Amino acid sequence: MKHEFQGTLNSYIIGFIFSVLLTLIAYFVVVNHLLSGELLVAFILVLAVIQLFVQLFYFLHMGKEPKPYWNLTILISFVGIILIILLGSLWIMYHLNYNMTPQDMNSYMLKEEGMPK
Amino acid sequence: MFAGLFAAFAVLRNNTYGGISMRELFNGPFVLAETSILLTSSFTAGLGMLAAHTNNKKLVLVWFGITFLLGLSFLGLEISEFSKLISEGNSWQRSAFLSSFFTLVGTHGLHITVGLLWMLICMILIWFRGLSERTIIKLTKLSLFWHFLDIVWIFIFTVVYLMGKV
Repeated sequence: MKHEFQGTLNSYIIGFIFSVLLTLIAYFVVVNHLLSGELLVAFILVLAVIQLFVQLFYFLHMGKEPKPYWNLTILISFVGIILIILLGSLWIMYHLNYNMTPQDMNSYMLKEEGMPK
Repeated sequence: MFAGLFAAFAVLRNNTYGGISMRELFNGPFVLAETSILLTSSFTAGLGMLAAHTNNKKLVLVWFGITFLLGLSFLGLEISEFSKLISEGNSWQRSAFLSSFFTLVGTHGLHITVGLLWMLICMILIWFRGLSERTIIKLTKLSLFWHFLDIVWIFIFTVVYLMGKV
């Protein structure tokens, strides 16, 4: 099995610098409370995803391979599966929580979560 | 597998049962140190692979040696964090949140440990047998594994530690 190595010194250095920047930005925004609430959560998640792509491209050389793009294909299918597991679990558990609370939890629910039953 | 562990953590993050919560888990500089160490080790592993493809045996050992030391320090930091939590009574038995925390982060740590062992073996192999196409393939798989561990850590750092502080 012959692997073609797609790496260059530049790709590792650029990838490293980008990753460090993304990490530091996320860290400082959180620690210094520059944003808050849902916006903050979305912001750091987006940064994490960007860093994911940075590392995938610059460290793992995904997308640079010659045809056929097997690595890329497998990666995308795995990411799809991961999204199903993650988003699916969150969705199911959220609705399960909501649907399984007993009737006399009304006032508790209203107070804790702002959700009338 | 990591997707499942993350999902479990996300679902259970607020089930603290009176024990500590995500907010108290976050020790800024500590986590930043862990993240930087692991990130750098991923970088040095990449440099090691470059050296492997230029057939520079000494440089390969240097870079992977550095990667190994960085990985070891990461593990040390993580173990100290865990033992501190446990000694305070906040073990995985304290709450569902803590159970999922220890399982997620602990499994990652376990993978790091195995990766380090693998790295040690590869380095010894190269030390005695030199670089060849076979050993380069082994190194490639190891570096792939190591890069992925850093990627998983990006998400642990973000979802577990940063989100806890929010």
